[in-house]
Amino acid sequence: MSLRDVFSPYTAWKHVFEPPVTIKDPIGREASDIYRGFHQNDQDTCIGCGSCEVICQNAAIDMVPVTDPKKGDSGLRPVIDYGRCCWCALCVDVCMTGSLTMSNEYTWVESDADAFRFIPGIDAKSWDDKEKGYKRENNERRLAATERVDMRMMSVEERGDNFEEMVFGYSREEAVLEADRCVECGLCVSTCPVHMSIPDYIAAVREGDYDQGLQLLYETNPFSEVCGRVCTHKCEDICAAAHGGDAIAIRWLKRHIIDEVPMERRLELIKKPDLPVTGKSIAVIGAGPGGLTAAYDLARSGHKVVVFEALDAPGGMMRYGIPEYRLPYDALDRDISVIQQMGVEIRTNTRIGTDISMDDLHSQHDAVVMSVGLHISRSTRIPGCEAPGAENAIELLRRFTNGEDIPVPEKVVVIGAGNVAMDIARTMGRLQKKKYGKVGTTICARKDISMFRADKEEIEESLEEGIEIIELRAPQEMMLHEEGDKKGCVSCLRTWKVVPGWDEKGRFAPGYEQDDVKIPADMIVEATGQQADVSLLGETLTEALEWNRGYLQTDSMGRTALPWLWAGGDAIKGPDVVNAVADGHRIAQSINHYLGEKGGTQ
Amino acid sequence: MLSYQTDRSQYPATGPDGKLEIDLESGKYLKLWQGPNHPGITGNMSVELTVCGDEVVEGKTHVGYLHRGFEKLMERRSFIQVFPIVCRVCVPEPDFNEYCYAAAVEELSGIEVPEMANWIRTLILEMGRFNSYMMYMGGQSGSMGLGIVGQWMTYVRDLMLDRFEELTGARVYHMFIMPGGVRGHLPEGFEDRMEGVLKTAERYLDDVEKVMFRNAVFKRRTKGTGYIDPALFEAYGVTGPNARAGGVAKDVRKDSPYLVYDQLDFDIPTATDSDIYARADVRYRDLRETIGLIRQILQKMPKDGPVMAKLPNVMHWKIPRGETYIKGESSRGEFGYYLVTDGSGYPRRINVRGPSYTHAMALLEHLIPGTNISDVAGLLVSLHTYPPEIER
Repeated sequence: MSLRDVFSPYTAWKHVFEPPVTIKDPIGREASDIYRGFHQNDQDTCIGCGSCEVICQNAAIDMVPVTDPKKGDSGLRPVIDYGRCCWCALCVDVCMTGSLTMSNEYTWVESDADAFRFIPGIDAKSWDDKEKGYKRENNERRLAATERVDMRMMSVEERGDNFEEMVFGYSREEAVLEADRCVECGLCVSTCPVHMSIPDYIAAVREGDYDQGLQLLYETNPFSEVCGRVCTHKCEDICAAAHGGDAIAIRWLKRHIIDEVPMERRLELIKKPDLPVTGKSIAVIGAGPGGLTAAYDLARSGHKVVVFEALDAPGGMMRYGIPEYRLPYDALDRDISVIQQMGVEIRTNTRIGTDISMDDLHSQHDAVVMSVGLHISRSTRIPGCEAPGAENAIELLRRFTNGEDIPVPEKVVVIGAGNVAMDIARTMGRLQKKKYGKVGTTICARKDISMFRADKEEIEESLEEGIEIIELRAPQEMMLHEEGDKKGCVSCLRTWKVVPGWDEKGRFAPGYEQDDVKIPADMIVEATGQQADVSLLGETLTEALEWNRGYLQTDSMGRTALPWLWAGGDAIKGPDVVNAVADGHRIAQSINHYLGEKGGTQ
Repeated sequence: MLSYQTDRSQYPATGPDGKLEIDLESGKYLKLWQGPNHPGITGNMSVELTVCGDEVVEGKTHVGYLHRGFEKLMERRSFIQVFPIVCRVCVPEPDFNEYCYAAAVEELSGIEVPEMANWIRTLILEMGRFNSYMMYMGGQSGSMGLGIVGQWMTYVRDLMLDRFEELTGARVYHMFIMPGGVRGHLPEGFEDRMEGVLKTAERYLDDVEKVMFRNAVFKRRTKGTGYIDPALFEAYGVTGPNARAGGVAKDVRKDSPYLVYDQLDFDIPTATDSDIYARADVRYRDLRETIGLIRQILQKMPKDGPVMAKLPNVMHWKIPRGETYIKGESSRGEFGYYLVTDGSGYPRRINVRGPSYTHAMALLEHLIPGTNISDVAGLLVSLHTYPPEIER
């Protein structure tokens, strides 16, 4: 210790001449640019998935209804309780759409304590439009993988000339990785026509509990193997993960569960419930997805069910419309065999109206379900459409499925923009590749490719396989050879250029440039829509029933104007397998209700 | 010269069981509580003193005023949900919790953190150390009645909090070091603003040296007071500056380097006296090292790169069975997280090793007998304890 130590502390007095280090009024101070202050929620991008609610470790967030649910939006919005919030911003980081952010505002005075429980973006606040505050970097979602696990498929070379199934399916490791990305918001469930328990069966994949997964599939869909391959998967369109990333591969995960459960195990797990036999009998016309689903449900309820199928084998469009490289017949047969295990009797090669009359069906059964599908092709009715070389897609696909020889010329033109057009084009392409070593099929459509009704994947895969797609050309005439061996046969398709336009109601109403471009073709296939063959009804019934623009009119449960007759599936409104399955369930439920009221179950 | 020599006859005798015999009825002793609400206590804890005159004959640490059961709260939350809680285990230097927890989770789930994130983590830990030492300096001088240092240090710490705020989005609980990396990059111009803070800090530290360390009163009261026998270090688990002031040059940053400490150049200040003054001096010099480290980090760190590793979906994140202990050198000594996972979505066990636990409980009770009552606060602060980490 020295004298210096006595005087040294006095040097602090120099601070008397410096400005004070304290701030007089800290309230007005603006927080930093990324300060985690009060929440903002952009209502236009929020989808109400509830991930913020799940991740909040303080349970400060509850999802509450603020609007009616819309497509891909639950209508719920987060209400945040500032009595519980700890400002960690995990809700911002996890947000699937990036709608939830934080402003850098941090002072809020209210006399009402309940005011601090509010719905950001709905309860207007002064900081709603503030740009500064915590946002995630580059709006990236970092708390889960955003990229889909690629599905392994045959290369174009491998699949070009054969009908082997082109998709291999996920391995367990791949499936678990893909299933891991799901946030279990359930938006998919409300979009799925049969409301499959999608988040639950995806969770079963994560857990490796395939028995559980399979049972969950069968709770809502007896055609899970089919849907696991060819479902139009509208669920994936609205998947929360599709915002700022790829949608969860819901369809492939469904297929994965089915792939992992051996058939014997499936039959063991999906047993017929031990219910008393009711003594009621139901006839189902058409062994497609709608009819067979109704049959499955009704048989499980204890009724006797007979399904009448006009063609050689059950399955309807699933067999005769969808090519084998997308849906192998074995897969379809497995789904059908589970349905048969429920006691459903399927009589093939039995055409109602020809082999058995509707009157007989009505008199022998307590209820009749009509699910006949759309098996008649609509024609463009352009000149030449009756000539040799003009075909229709549905009939061609049916003949091919039946193993008949179909002509395979070098140049084929398909008219249409739907999945059927893609199916027939890809089928013809494969046959051409096998026969000539090259593909010579062209799809010609009035709309531009973005407006095609076909699934995106189908369009992409068609292009990969060498199918040419000519968009915005309207067919005018199938021109015929005027001389030679092929005289009278189709020679080319004369088309006009389409100038896209829309009428005042927003419908497609194009103009045309009459440039008469000719697309050479040895075969022209029309895939321009289908209709139901309702000739089986006969005149009396046709008159007794109600119709709407050529379609049989039913109520939401599939009831027709006649109390004993139900109708559903593609023939009523379409447009795909899973909607037909949904129809089947509704019809079975309605019939059960009807039979219960009528006589009670015995 | 003032003398604290007291009448030895007033000391309690040792009983046959080796314990002190204190007869409160005798009128020789007084029970006195220092804390839990007391300016001379570090946060929410208290010391139950038995005094004889102004001499403390026995001291007992009482905690429980702050018990929020953090470890149990963590064990009931998913791995990502634990991340916002951990910082609360230590208020003045919360980042160590974030780092240790994140590193433990990363180790057990096999996540590799990007290089850039490791540099930012190191920067944040050093900024936290800076703040922690600032608080200590103020507390140590304040406990001896030298209030001005506390005001200066609070000011400088506040400037550093501004830097924390612009980097992490919050001033005190930063919640920035997340399993997988850190939440963001350095804002533009951060280095310059940080340099400004460091310059201000150095200017005030020069004054602190004159006012505190070259202060006859401070020296008189702290030199020789609160001596910890280096022989006790091992038995009592003494780490950090408390041990370094007794000549033990142990520092986790040097002994088992983590993050990017192996790429940084710094010294471990030590002293030999092992008293309050030596501990303050070691911390003062280490604070100077920290300022140098922050400069080095900003200079050496990569300018860009990813800051987050790819995480599994945190909403159902399961970590395989395993256990690990992650440690680091906090401003108070070895800080560690012991994490056990059992393959589920929740931690099976988390144990937080805060240096305050050993320093303020066992060690303090050992040191306190014989201290003058007015030095208890100074002694307590000199151990640099943060009660929340005693009560996890």
